[in-house]
Amino acid sequence: MIMRLERREHRPLYLMVLTPVLAVIAALALSGILIAIAGAPVLDAYWRILTGAFGSRLSATETLTRATPLMLTGLAAAVAFRARLWNIGAEGQFYLGAIAVAAASSKLLGDLPAPVLIPTLLLVGAAAGMALILIPLWLRLRFSVDEVVTSLLLNFIALLFVSMLIDGVLKDPLAFGWPQSQSVSDHAMLPKLVARSRLHIGFAIAIVLAIIVHLIQSRTVFGLQSRAAGLNPAGAVFAGVPLGRTLVKVACLSGGLAGLAGAIEVLGVKGYVTTDLSPGFGYAGIVVAMLANLNPLGVILAAIFTATMFVGADGMSRGLGIPTYIADVTVALSLLTMLIALFFTQYRIRR
Amino acid sequence: MSVLFDIIASVGLWGAVLRIATPLIFGTLGALLCERAGVLNLGIEGIMTFGAMIGWLSVYHGADLWTGLVIAAITGGVFGLLHSGLTVTLGLSQHVAGLGVTLFASSFSYYVFRLIVPTAGTPPTIAPFQPIAIPGLSTLPFIGPAFFTQTAPTYLAILIALVLAYILFRTPLGLAIRMTGENPHAAEAQGVNPMKVRYGAVIAGSALMGMGGAFLTLSAFNSFFPTMVQGRGWICIALVVFASWRPGRALFGALLFAFFDAFQLRLQTAVDGVPYQIFLMTPYVLSIVALAVMARRARVPQALMQPYRRGER
Repeated sequence: MIMRLERREHRPLYLMVLTPVLAVIAALALSGILIAIAGAPVLDAYWRILTGAFGSRLSATETLTRATPLMLTGLAAAVAFRARLWNIGAEGQFYLGAIAVAAASSKLLGDLPAPVLIPTLLLVGAAAGMALILIPLWLRLRFSVDEVVTSLLLNFIALLFVSMLIDGVLKDPLAFGWPQSQSVSDHAMLPKLVARSRLHIGFAIAIVLAIIVHLIQSRTVFGLQSRAAGLNPAGAVFAGVPLGRTLVKVACLSGGLAGLAGAIEVLGVKGYVTTDLSPGFGYAGIVVAMLANLNPLGVILAAIFTATMFVGADGMSRGLGIPTYIADVTVALSLLTMLIALFFTQYRIRR
Repeated sequence: MSVLFDIIASVGLWGAVLRIATPLIFGTLGALLCERAGVLNLGIEGIMTFGAMIGWLSVYHGADLWTGLVIAAITGGVFGLLHSGLTVTLGLSQHVAGLGVTLFASSFSYYVFRLIVPTAGTPPTIAPFQPIAIPGLSTLPFIGPAFFTQTAPTYLAILIALVLAYILFRTPLGLAIRMTGENPHAAEAQGVNPMKVRYGAVIAGSALMGMGGAFLTLSAFNSFFPTMVQGRGWICIALVVFASWRPGRALFGALLFAFFDAFQLRLQTAVDGVPYQIFLMTPYVLSIVALAVMARRARVPQALMQPYRRGER
């Protein structure tokens, strides 16, 4: 009896939903081993993570606040990967969006009234992210350089650039010598979504954007072209898809979303920029996108799962003495288990 | 101008070049070996981080330095096994799988490190490799102290570059590896098992990456701290392209790159009024420029990033 793998013609819906769930369970089981080795009760640890993330009104709003930038960087990765544009530079684009907002607010536009100022600043942040991603895209189209490495390297350059600005022209003189950008004016801060919490309307903006991106991908010519560019570039060109132009549009959408994530984090939460503004939102966005199987609506749930791990791990760590890095490990593992799970939904075993 | 000349004429600069180049030589050779067999290994950044951590941890717990280096190589190989499982057996996207390996290996390193050293603050140190003066050569004026007074792993890295060049271009094994990277179907027709070759190359290449990471904690510094690899892995991936997938040129590229890095470090203290971040950016900018200049000219292994499935075209 010979068993062999056969490619499925199409994936049934239940598999699409079940795959990420199974992947997450497998990742949790694997990191459970690490928790057990460290000598802590595994189920108790996960219970503490869950209650740490959603156990109270405060922690729940905190988790959703943390999910907001993850949704946007997740969308940034999802739209790019769909067109097989490997934008791994969301981290750098995030920082550039953030610093652009701090600069524009403190140097140029701070006097505008809030209803004009806030949308303008958000656009400035998105534009900064777009500008940064166009470098690796240009290098790919002009010199056929793989954009993975260039966009990764640009992350380091962008962070140093931000560090230079907040140590120089944008430095806050009142921060006791600590490198920190000048704060954006109070009226530029995003309105709160829930009173007496940090949850701001950026969360709603992210969800609306996920829906818009979903509609763009499923209902527009551009969406079709970007998917075609990813599935089969040569075939897409043959069918008359302008590959270069499509990739530029995809890149602008992706970089813009990542830049917007930085802008929203500044305007919604911090009010200023430091070099630890992002605990790896850009990189975690890659996992979020993969867990969502590049589906924009799935990104919402995947981001909330990732935020749950990060926020919940803080409290669990204090209680049980397990390093908070267990959240990073679980999230990274869920990317690997998701890849494997996706493989098995693409194929089925035939005798 | 005299400032520049003073820097270039200093023994310290040239001694630093080899020291900075060593982890890059290990990493670039490792990535090169994987890619010659047709597998892009973006796990490199995480594998180097894990190598740095586990090498330091082993020595901190009483192993001797060489054992630390070997353990880093073995764990690197284990991550290589993981990467080949994902990309060779399952044929998954080499980009995404590699990033997954990097994310997992680096967060796993930090987790283990924090478990052993729970509090932030000054990390515990070990006694690192000491420089070995090569008898005779090290007494040469200028050249001696600059090039022949390095730690043992540096000499080892250069030796491995030569051995790898020999294996790739002068032995049947090397031919099998290159054939697998160019055309696995043709390789199979010649009786080579492309799957086995890819597994072997990725595991061995990842072991080299682990050693490159361990050099950071066992020789360049004497302790581990998170984010210490600082993108060196990505720079290695760029150096492979710069080197056109040839070990000799990889050695040269790593040295050239290290020269610029050592130079900018010294320029930072010599030049006033320029933010230090500008200098720190140069290694990353140079890598991007090197990619742009070389990408068109380089001869990429033709089957790079193409999964191989028997009987499938």
